[in-house]
Amino acid sequence: MGVKLASERPGFSEMEDVNFTDSELVYHVRDALRSVTLGDSNSYNELIGVIHHTEYLTPDEVALLVTSLKALSGAVSCIDIAHHDSLLSSIFRMSMWSYGPDVMDALVELIISLAASSGKYIDSCLDMLVSNFMPPHYFLALLKQPRGLARKDQVLHRVHSALRDIADLVPLAPLRLLPIILQKMPNVYSKEPMIVIYVENMLRLESGAMGELVGSMILCAVVDRLIDLDVEIEWEDILQDDFSKGIFEMELEDVEETLDDDEQEGDELPRESSSWRRFRGNVVAEKLDSLLVLMFEHLRSCNDVGRLSNVFETLLQSFKQTVMKAHKSKFSQFVMFYACSLDPGNCGVRFADILADIFTGSVSPPDVRMSAVAYLASYLSRAKFLPASFVVNILQRLVGWCWKYTESQDGDINPDAHRVFYSGCQAIMYVLCFRMRSIMDVHRMKSQLFLMPVEALLKHPLSPLKVCLPSIVEEFLRQAKAAHLFTVSETFVFNDLLESEHSRAFGGKERLDMFFPFDPCLLRKSDRYIRPNFVYWSMVRTTYDDDDEEGSSDEDVVDGFMGRSVENIAGDAMAASFEEHDLDLDEFDYSMNKMSITPKNSSNFRFGSELYGSAMRMPSRIRPSTSPESL
Amino acid sequence: MEGLKVSDANLVVYVHPSKATNVSQAILCELSSLLFKFSEIFDGVVLDYDVNTLSEVAKILPGVHPYFGVRLQAKLLLFHPKTDMLLEGKVVKLGQQSIHVIVLGFSSAIIIEEDIREEFKYKVKRGEEVFVGTSHKRHKIKVGTILRFLVKSFDEEILHISGSLVPPHTGSVRWLDKNGEDWSHADRSSKKRKESVGREQMWEHDKPITDASTLSMNTDHTNKKSKGTKKK
Repeated sequence: MGVKLASERPGFSEMEDVNFTDSELVYHVRDALRSVTLGDSNSYNELIGVIHHTEYLTPDEVALLVTSLKALSGAVSCIDIAHHDSLLSSIFRMSMWSYGPDVMDALVELIISLAASSGKYIDSCLDMLVSNFMPPHYFLALLKQPRGLARKDQVLHRVHSALRDIADLVPLAPLRLLPIILQKMPNVYSKEPMIVIYVENMLRLESGAMGELVGSMILCAVVDRLIDLDVEIEWEDILQDDFSKGIFEMELEDVEETLDDDEQEGDELPRESSSWRRFRGNVVAEKLDSLLVLMFEHLRSCNDVGRLSNVFETLLQSFKQTVMKAHKSKFSQFVMFYACSLDPGNCGVRFADILADIFTGSVSPPDVRMSAVAYLASYLSRAKFLPASFVVNILQRLVGWCWKYTESQDGDINPDAHRVFYSGCQAIMYVLCFRMRSIMDVHRMKSQLFLMPVEALLKHPLSPLKVCLPSIVEEFLRQAKAAHLFTVSETFVFNDLLESEHSRAFGGKERLDMFFPFDPCLLRKSDRYIRPNFVYWSMVRTTYDDDDEEGSSDEDVVDGFMGRSVENIAGDAMAASFEEHDLDLDEFDYSMNKMSITPKNSSNFRFGSELYGSAMRMPSRIRPSTSPESL
Repeated sequence: MEGLKVSDANLVVYVHPSKATNVSQAILCELSSLLFKFSEIFDGVVLDYDVNTLSEVAKILPGVHPYFGVRLQAKLLLFHPKTDMLLEGKVVKLGQQSIHVIVLGFSSAIIIEEDIREEFKYKVKRGEEVFVGTSHKRHKIKVGTILRFLVKSFDEEILHISGSLVPPHTGSVRWLDKNGEDWSHADRSSKKRKESVGREQMWEHDKPITDASTLSMNTDHTNKKSKGTKKK
């Protein structure tokens, strides 16, 4: 594969024999380029040959390539878009991943010179750099090795500094870069490493020098992609159709199937719940998981440098436009949850305020308002970082709106017509199920709660107690009674029904009566970020609990609902480990993850249900029964 | 500096009905989308606008989406460099084969080796690349110099200028102004007076985009300007 020479002139491959100065090389190349227009393409074709040569380059060939590229940088003014078309396409097809740092540097220099020399090449140069966000397919396997990672660092460092340099020379370049980035973004069917590395680059741009110009569009595009993946995951894969169990039933996880440490590839989790295993084979879920983790890490670094509030505004916009409008987004909303957890006083508060504004305002259509209040209720209940006082204030807003609504209505029960109202009432009850005890424990908040017209509201002829989800109503009434908030004269018999005809009616086609967006995250890697700030139902102390368990921390599980207490082999260890958020708490959520709509009896619905060697077994009485009666 | 002009324009902006609650913001949004793009209608790149509503009443278009057309009168600041005009910009990169300049903070210009007159020789002094005049040693061009050059061509799509330092009255503006008396052209002095007036106005825009905040600051500046003078 040698380079053919025109014997009359010193050719490129004789570099070692003859010492050329840089300018002489440049003039050689210029001659080669100009000769093409005169019909003589020999040197020109040699040049293309040098560039095409990618495999197994000897050091001499590498030097030749570097020299040629450098000489070309000096000769860009002689490159003509029509005559030198094949040279240009060879250059733009080069992948930096296939070469060492010397060639990378020379290539980048050439690209920058091309971009700055004329408007005609800008788009192609930017396109080439963006293509280099991702390695060629053969490289993907190498990415896991240190050698591959080192190469990745070298390439991406140069790609991003090249983009910055081009932006310095051509100020409008970022404007043209943005559509290229969006258009080349891998779709949901691409391989996971490709989509992950591309998004990694996008986020790097967002936090880079060009961030102010391209950042918000990039974030929106990433969230769009999250939703695209989200909607590919079928709800049927998660839920089961048998709703005979109440919403506060045990979430079924088969804990006896545990994972070897080897399977975990070195991370700390000793066990894995079956809900995670459910998704093991699900490629889409894994992609979503990885992208969510990227976003979380990005948000964390934004927070470290103090720019989270700005980024949060963009995320809010994107949330309103994309996530809220997606039909029951499954996990993408955890981006908001995590961002709020990083900055509760600012972002955390703002998110709740915005959702409350949407619900109480009259601008949005009813479905959007119902969706907003569902997000709000789930958020207020699950966010450990939100103080009870703030939750009470938001509740006051909700109760206020609902109360005002009743004053203008004199009708009777009508799930469809008053569905926004019913969703508001359900939200209030749901939040109180989680928070009532902590509100009651503080005198000031307790009085605030008692001053709210909750009783009158729920006993109004519109009968929210009959319309809202029975399991929520039941739990709420039980706690309200224990707290002496109020009592109802008629007994509500629900037979542990999860839903009823009325709730279906107000929920509508989209079943917004059963929408709890911040139910525990089922994606393994993302969940580790969420967990430390997350309230599981098992952690909640209800107003009818009198027994405090085993001297454990306040947040520990006390479950009186089932008449069972938490006991397992590593009881105290679990209590202790609850403080450090590293250890896995699967036994907890498995057994006690009530108050969530997520996974149930799932022997039929498990993905990749391999049985792993069980190191530790749960006591058999906590093993879930397979019969549909309540446990 | 040549190439800049202010035009009066009568415009009609069609606003979508959803924006009816905040028409002025919709109009400003629409006008902002014109910025930094070459418009054949206005014959130039719109850099700034100063807008006044002509009429409080807007006609509604018939059709599925009842857009309504708001009539405006605007002053537009336009940039359209033509061949043989003289422009000024800041040098951001210098090499033996080319000099890269940024004009008005957004337009990139390149002057290639062949278009740099013989007088200037490329040297590397103390690690810094510089073009030095052979007959006038104090005439230096390096990164950061404000350069006056002749326009060879203008790419309307990417707003990229190809320039030339061949004519004698091109080069470092600081040196040219100081030594302008050497160039005894009668018409040159009157042209210079006009240019220096124009230059003072443009100085604030004449910053290279070394960081992104400058660009956004410029846009803010234009928005503030138009918001201040617009009448409801």
